[in-house]
Amino acid sequence: MKKIALTLGVLALSVTSAFAQQTVRMGTEGAYPPYNMINDKGEVDGFERELGDELCKRAELTCTWVSTDWDSIIPNLTAGNYDTILAGMSITDERKAVLNFSQAYFPPAASAYAALGAEADLNGVIAAQTGTIQASHVATTGATLLEFATPDETVAAVRNGEAEAALADKDFLAPIVNESNGGLVWVGEDIPLGEGIGIGFRKSDDELKAKFDAAIDTMKADGSLNVLIQKWFGDEANTF
Amino acid sequence: MPRLRARRYCLLPGGSGMFEYCADPKSLEGLVWLSCYLTSGTHLMMYWSVLTVLLLLALAAPSALLFGFGGALMARSPNPVTRTFGKGYISMVRGVPDVVFFLFVPLAVDQGLEYLNHKIRCPDWTEPVRRGVDFVVCPAAKIPQSSSAAFVHDAYSFALALLAFALVFGAFAANTLHGAMSAVPKAQVETAEAYGMNRAQAFRRVILPQMWVFALPGLSNLWMILIKATPLLFLLGIKDIVYWARELGGSKTSVYAYAHPDWRVWYFLGLLVFYLVLTAISEKVFARLQRRLSTGQATASGEALRRAAA
Repeated sequence: MKKIALTLGVLALSVTSAFAQQTVRMGTEGAYPPYNMINDKGEVDGFERELGDELCKRAELTCTWVSTDWDSIIPNLTAGNYDTILAGMSITDERKAVLNFSQAYFPPAASAYAALGAEADLNGVIAAQTGTIQASHVATTGATLLEFATPDETVAAVRNGEAEAALADKDFLAPIVNESNGGLVWVGEDIPLGEGIGIGFRKSDDELKAKFDAAIDTMKADGSLNVLIQKWFGDEANTF
Repeated sequence: MPRLRARRYCLLPGGSGMFEYCADPKSLEGLVWLSCYLTSGTHLMMYWSVLTVLLLLALAAPSALLFGFGGALMARSPNPVTRTFGKGYISMVRGVPDVVFFLFVPLAVDQGLEYLNHKIRCPDWTEPVRRGVDFVVCPAAKIPQSSSAAFVHDAYSFALALLAFALVFGAFAANTLHGAMSAVPKAQVETAEAYGMNRAQAFRRVILPQMWVFALPGLSNLWMILIKATPLLFLLGIKDIVYWARELGGSKTSVYAYAHPDWRVWYFLGLLVFYLVLTAISEKVFARLQRRLSTGQATASGEALRRAAA
């Protein structure tokens, strides 16, 4: 018995030391505030930066941040340019075919339409970011999908009349709509999409996934995850 | 004599500009706000990225010329294998869309190097490198190492991008140079041979000094295209001026220290001016070069220069 415990201890130690030298590169988009953004100092910032740093601390990992285009965020992960994706990426079956997701660190969030006026036709041209659950959703509604590489461009398309409305996570659109002085309004009902937001890992990287899952568990258990969500998304935000 | 002291700017925490009054950007207005905004950390990074573009140009042009020269020499080699290789390189790269090469070369070289490194450093690693869609080498074989500083990663992707640029533009340069070498009057080469020079000597003493005037129009075209192709860096994940113009120009809510509406049009206007200035300067330089190279040549422009001087 003692021997088993000892072996396990040594094993655990060797695993942690192997990881301690190894820097975990955290990939994000850096263009989806408040989830993730590049702040005015040029650093990755936002909810996911703070969450990721805390998870790394709890999992005793050394982490650095890398920002990349949304378009190539999954191929860059599988090619090994970084080890995780924290980029407001909802857990979906399509993505699960190429990625492993951690448990959700953000509850399933509502998506919403923002438009110039309440009369906007939601079956007209709808702007959404390429490769998002919102883009897939628009494709099923019968509306004409207009895709953009960055979320900011979808809003710009609504402002200049290229699209009737933009569909994105409500939490991303909320500050934009609120600060538009009535220039942008919500249209239609909120749409619940996805199974929550999780950290993406390579399929072959179960070890790292386990570490982050455990760290998320502890943050859910002591309530610090909810505190962090409310800090970035307001008191009404969905929590665990 | 008192020593000149370097002026020091301090970058204040809070992501503000380089001046002390930038500590609280939200309380500022007008030109003061603008002076802080334009000197924020991200803007300084954008100004740096101008140097990235210039550095790429400064390195890509000579390397493409080198690839081109090699390709041209191979294409006119008497050895059929070398000749096929040279001609194959020229027609293959010229025939495939640039973007395909810009995407393929960095990826292939990166994974190829990592695979080789993996075989050398981790010979007892039993798991396969390709697992489904994943490309996984042992941590020690990663290039650069995961723990390397961010600038090492940046420099590495820059080097890969540079290689792609050299390879693609080299093929076009090779074709231009090959044509230029053949454009030197054959009679001159024959005369050189009659004087007892061998092939290499005739090439070095007669063709090489004279070919440039024939190559210049083609090469100046290539240079212009190269300038305009630098935004492809953005495609390769390098933060160049196009990336920053799009990122900084996009509308910013009050989550950011400097909130502003969609200003992309101003940033893109800046890009427009930047590229126009760059190409205008290049045109001037090429006009001078053309004049210099034409002097004493047996070409129409050489003749025109001779007449003007007489």
